[in-house]
Parts: sequence; C-alpha cells; structure tokens
Amino acid sequence: MLMKNRSLVSINDYSRIEIQQILDLAEEFEKDPNQPLLRQYVIASLFFEPSTRTRLSFETAINRLGGRVVGFSESGSTSVSKGETLKDTILMVSNYSDLIVMRHPLEGSAQYASEVSSVPIVNAGDGAHQHPTQTLLDLYSIRKTQGKLEGLNICIVGDLKYGRTVHSLLIAMSHFKPVFHFIAPEELKIPKEYKIFLDQKGIEYHEHRELAPNIRNADIVYMTRVQRERFSDPLEYEKVKNVYILRNQMLENTKDNMRILHPLPRVNEIHQDVDSNPKAYYFTQALNGVYTRMAILVKILGIK
Amino acid sequence: MNHNKELKVSAIKDGTVIDHIPSHYLFNVMTILGLDHTSHQVTFGFNLESKKLGTKAIIKVAGTFFKNEDINKIALVAPEAKLNIIRDYQVVEKRVVKVPDQIIGITKCMNPKCITNHEEMTTRFVVKKKKPVELKCLYCEKITDQDHLEFV
Ligand SMILES: [Zn+2]
Repeated sequence: MLMKNRSLVSINDYSRIEIQQILDLAEEFEKDPNQPLLRQYVIASLFFEPSTRTRLSFETAINRLGGRVVGFSESGSTSVSKGETLKDTILMVSNYSDLIVMRHPLEGSAQYASEVSSVPIVNAGDGAHQHPTQTLLDLYSIRKTQGKLEGLNICIVGDLKYGRTVHSLLIAMSHFKPVFHFIAPEELKIPKEYKIFLDQKGIEYHEHRELAPNIRNADIVYMTRVQRERFSDPLEYEKVKNVYILRNQMLENTKDNMRILHPLPRVNEIHQDVDSNPKAYYFTQALNGVYTRMAILVKILGIK
Repeated sequence: MNHNKELKVSAIKDGTVIDHIPSHYLFNVMTILGLDHTSHQVTFGFNLESKKLGTKAIIKVAGTFFKNEDINKIALVAPEAKLNIIRDYQVVEKRVVKVPDQIIGITKCMNPKCITNHEEMTTRFVVKKKKPVELKCLYCEKITDQDHLEFV
C-alpha cells in the first residue's frame, strides 16, 4: 500500500521499507531544509492538549516546506469535551485542510479521526497509546549516529511498563535485528506482551535492574522518565528514584560510538553533567524531529 | 394449574428456544438479540436448575429464527448456550454458539481513557482469546477480559 493519502496512526502502519524511505527523505531535508514543496497546501494542527515541543516541531516542519498552518492548541490538559464531538471537529477541519496533524489526550482518538476524516491524519500523540512521529525521529537519530539500523545493541532505561515511546521504539526497531537490554525497576519492567512479540520475532533481549554495569556494550542508551505517579507504593518509588539516573562518570567505559537518546522533556533521569559529554545526543535528537516530520508530511501528501 | 396455560409457556409452535444461558446474563442476552424490542411472543425462565451452570436461564421466542452471525453475538455472555429450532412443535435443528473473530458494538472497552468511552461511536474489537474471552480494542489496543465485560 502506498504511503500517499494514508493516515499515520501507529508505528505498526509502516513497514520496514516505508520506515527507511521516510528516513532517507528526512536525510535529504537535513541537507537542504528549505524546500517549498507544500506551497499549495494548508495543514491543520489540532492540539486538543498542549504539547509545545511537538507542536513547534510540526509547525516548523510545515513552515520550512512553505506550507500554511491552521489550527488550535488547547491550554488546559483536561479540555477533552467542550461540547463539540471529535467527529464534528474533524469533519469541519477536513473540509478546510489537506492533512490534519492531531494531538489528543484520549487513546484511540487518532484511529477514530482517520475513520471520519476525508484527509489523512498524522497522529501527534493520542494519550498513552501511540506517538509514531516520535518513533520515526528516534530511528532517524539512531541511524544517523550509528550509520545503520541493523544489528545494534540497544539499552532502554526507566519506565518500560507504561512508556509509549519505549513500546513503539521496540516495535519499529524489531525490523532491524537488534539486541535489547531492558533496564527498569521491578514495578516498571517491560510487559509480557512485548516479550512474547520479541520471542515470536526471534529477537534477543535481556532484562536488568541495574543501570551502570549494563550499558557498557550499548550502541544506544535510550533513557525515559520514571514517574512517581506510576507506582502503587510510594515507598517503592523512593527506593528506585535515584537508581535510574544516568551520570557522566557512568559513561567512562562505554563504547565510543554510544549515544544517549531521550524523548524529552527530562526531569532528572539524565544528570546535567552528562549534557556536555559528546555522547549526549538528546538535544540534536529533538532537532531531527523537524526533518523527520517534513519527510512524513511530504510522503503522505504524495509529493515525493 | 390450567393445562393449556402451562403449554403456552413451555412449548412454542415455531421459533427458537435458547437454553443454558447463565441466569445473571439473561437480560444481556435479551438486549443483544433485540428481544426487548420484538413484537413476537417471548417467554423466559431463570434461576432454573442446571448441572453445568448452577442456575440457568432459558428463552423461548415464537416466530423468530436467528442468523448465525446474530446468535454468535451472545457467545460473549453465554458461550454454553444451545439453540433448539422449533417447527410445528418439533425440534428440527440444534445449534451451539461460537465466539466470533470480531465483536462490533455489544461491549464496552474497559479503558476509561479510550475514545470509545467518550464519543458516540461503535466499539470494535478483535477476539484475541475465546475462552475466557479477551478482546483487543481496535482503537486504544487495550485488552478487555471476561471479568470486565460491560455491555453497551
Ligand atoms: Zn479502547
């Protein structure tokens, strides 16, 4: 199936080849970011919950491509129902625009929007469910720093139970024969369904509790936030909250090509003393989001 | 007891008898099959003795024959149900129910943050496991299991 006119709801929507095509195009945009390919296009940017980072990234991508943006960003985090149904909003906006970028606090909202919309939907996060453009920019960052996606040793650290970026990354990377190391506290370890998935795909993975000794062979260390509200027992949180903090001294015996990624914003899981280490990649990672999103928009609109 | 009256409750000339429904799901079965809106004669009994289920319910619907795809919808709540198709007071066919591969409508997604619980829309599930039932929401992709089935 062509990417053209197809909504991007979940990372599962893209095959290995489609992922590679997006990344190739993103690379082109990185070399030459000002290409007015969307001059004739109006893109709707509907943020039913605030996410300044993602919104600015998308809107920068659209502007770099010479497109125009209409839309809104709700300021409150609980503004799900202001009377109008999601269906009505999408029906109206799909009459005005060529593509809709949507962020919504409810899970499955992007799938539903894609069913009612006459133009393609790009899911910019639907609650704890999916955030596929984040995953594609993660893959872009991995490929860029390692020169390849195949056969990498990937450590994923922190909240592996609830972290949607983690689950999507795992699914997307599973196309490329990685070895995973999952480093998480007992309460937040990787759910069984993902282990079954990896077993079925024949992908090697290891689970650990400790951070420092397990990142030495890593090509990528993907850090995520361990949030207090995820713990049923606050004491459990107190016990582990400082265990999953990456510090500069831990990087001493790691591989030269190793890079640290983080979906941002971080709280304290990466100590500030890591920031100046050349292995810290998370700020550049965010910039890569603009090129990746440019590629996604152009592919879905069928321009390239 | 008047003999004729008893006959009227226990036997139908043409129609369907649905047996082995768990008693507490009787009204769900009625709703799923639309029997709360039918103009046909419906009789039911519940809290009847059953070796298999403890207590069971039974529904007799006169003048109505169900399509397989409709009858399979009750498999979520009454997987052991047995149907007797009656013509001219005789059982002419027996049928069992099968859990379908997809469930559309009927049940709610147990994820309170799922879009289906906030918009006027039809729920859709793929059946991951048939016994006990595990349904995967096609929207939020969360699993709703047998213990959390709640009907629309
Ligand atoms: Zn759901």
